[in-house]
Amino acid sequence: MTPNLTSSCPIPINEYPNVLLAHGGGGRLMNALIEKMFAAAFDNPFLRQRHDAAVLPCNGQRMAFTTDSYVVKPLFFPGGDIGTLAVNGTVNDLAMCGARPLWLSVAFILEEGLPMEMLWRIVHSMQQAAAVAGVQIVAGDTKVVDKGKGDGLFINTSGIGMMEHGLSIAPQSVRPGDVVLINGDVGRHGMAIMSVREGLEFESTIESDCAPLADVVQMLLDSDVEIHCLRDLTRGGLSSALNEIAETAQVQIDIDENAVSVCEEVRGACEILGFDPFYVANEGRFIAFVPERDLDRALAVMNLQSLAFTGSVIGSVSAGSPGLVTMKSKIGARRILDMLSGEQLPRIC
Amino acid sequence: MKYIDEYRDAIAAEQLAEAIRLITTRSWTIMEVCGGQTHAIVKFGIDELLPKDVTLVHGPGCPVCVTPLELIDKAIHIASQPGVIFCSFGDMLRVPGSKTDLLAVKALGGDIRIVYSPLDAVKVARENPEKHIVFFAVGFETTAPANAMAVFQAHREGLNNFSLLVSHVLVPPAMKAILSSPENRVDGFLAAGHVCTIMGCAEYEPIAKKYQVPIIVTGFEPVDILQGIYLCIQQLEKKRAEVENQYTRAVRSEGNASAQRLIHEVFCVIPRKWRGIGEIPQSGFGLSEKYANFDAERRFDVTNCSAEESSECISGLILQGIQNPKNCSAFGTRCTPEHPLGATMVSNEGACAAYYRYRREKA
Repeated sequence: MTPNLTSSCPIPINEYPNVLLAHGGGGRLMNALIEKMFAAAFDNPFLRQRHDAAVLPCNGQRMAFTTDSYVVKPLFFPGGDIGTLAVNGTVNDLAMCGARPLWLSVAFILEEGLPMEMLWRIVHSMQQAAAVAGVQIVAGDTKVVDKGKGDGLFINTSGIGMMEHGLSIAPQSVRPGDVVLINGDVGRHGMAIMSVREGLEFESTIESDCAPLADVVQMLLDSDVEIHCLRDLTRGGLSSALNEIAETAQVQIDIDENAVSVCEEVRGACEILGFDPFYVANEGRFIAFVPERDLDRALAVMNLQSLAFTGSVIGSVSAGSPGLVTMKSKIGARRILDMLSGEQLPRIC
Repeated sequence: MKYIDEYRDAIAAEQLAEAIRLITTRSWTIMEVCGGQTHAIVKFGIDELLPKDVTLVHGPGCPVCVTPLELIDKAIHIASQPGVIFCSFGDMLRVPGSKTDLLAVKALGGDIRIVYSPLDAVKVARENPEKHIVFFAVGFETTAPANAMAVFQAHREGLNNFSLLVSHVLVPPAMKAILSSPENRVDGFLAAGHVCTIMGCAEYEPIAKKYQVPIIVTGFEPVDILQGIYLCIQQLEKKRAEVENQYTRAVRSEGNASAQRLIHEVFCVIPRKWRGIGEIPQSGFGLSEKYANFDAERRFDVTNCSAEESSECISGLILQGIQNPKNCSAFGTRCTPEHPLGATMVSNEGACAAYYRYRREKA
């Protein structure tokens, strides 16, 4: 049967006739673009999963497949560089489905004039990150664009991993009564980038939290924790991840602001710039939805010294209003924790 | 003392809320002027801690929200010119003009840059002598000294390729306009803390006396705002009408003298149009004659920019505290942060944006 292909643009021209930076911000605008244009055009049951990686059948087993592109500026920042991000970001997307990451492809888009020394530093970072994460880079591509057309370097990585368990780790598995766990404090990566980009200096340098998450997920699975859903907190921060899951799973999520840790340097930087740490990007943090009976076991794993994470409970799931995320504020009142509309913009006064 | 921790302390907040409950014997309406205070109230749920007798209404203290539509259109026109680098604080980029906004101009290739300080715009001017750099100088008195410094520096260096598109407004005339309105129901004010850091508290005394309203200079954290409300109600219950400073850690009664000198060197007081309210005499800053060459409205031909407001948008009534965002028929439906009809939904400090982000319930 021929698919019903429509040629009229799903995003009305009187709304946004051109792509805006906000369409890449991880918030509402980006989600609308993905839903209305990409997902609608490419629709199939695998895409409808809407998770960090697609879970595909492969000779009786389940394979996870994902892709991500890295356009960060500056290329180097405290705690990492675009190379570490490119490896860990894709490794983490695979881990968030509960897959063991195995193989990555890497595509470089290099800007004419990029110093070789800089490229080597990044490649070396990727080599090290891949070794730590236990993945092999097995395919690649290289393109060069004219000077002025590439911001130094863009990287795409795609990844394949295998599921070695029978769980369906996806938003659809989230249930009322589940608890929400996190593996550490929020806001480090975004503020580390901001500090370098804007030339801001603080008493202590804010370092990105960029880190692979495959090991901690594997340990949770090995400890028989019935993981319902995992999501790493990248663009749009903790708040966007919670909202996306609440929406996809059609549940209400309630969290406690006092339970979410923000380190002092990040708090200070956010206060000066007028940013909310709950919307700031992270690269080594994830949330886990598990049944309450598995809470203690999950926390024990997440707090293992060898992992250098700090696991804690930040909230719970209820049947309430589907898609709603609420937060109990520091002074005790409850309010909506909304999805970000576009980009977070710095304060004026 | 870290200030953020102490002034967000839940126990202190509850104690103040209890103290407010104990001294309130009748209904009072209090207006906070500053958009940052509006957001803190809605974000932290401060109004929910107060007794039912205390009503908080939100004032026109969001400089982004009160920038007239024509000025947004002028900004868009200037930013679209070839050879122009248009520098602005982030929030202004999303405010809808008559047809489009600055973000859309950026998407089409306009060189529009977000800066954190007007001095960054001066730096861009130094580094790009072949281009003309315009800085969108928006704000109340708080940002005026930095903007004045930018012009002062540019003048001293003889930079010919730098100008300001000025949209400065002043708090006291706005308060007077609200208090003079026949629809006014405000009993007391929380004055904008950071405005007073610059300007001091003296200009509020004649207002308190003439209109017999207490005016409390207040900070921005939840405990600040609760303390401000407490002091205001304390005065109202005792029929006092004085200026009081809650925000003593950042405000001296004489303000910042050097900042004031710089402002008076570079700017002069002029009438200004406030979006949604109309023209208020002597309510804004414009560049003084000595620095007229740095006025972007004079450097660019922007005389043909006329503007039409959305007929549905009631942000004018919201900015005067007469209506609440939830009373608007378009709120959350035809008017959302992604598709704002007016500036109060766009700006981080706008009342409509605050209610939308923190209070509206999903269906």
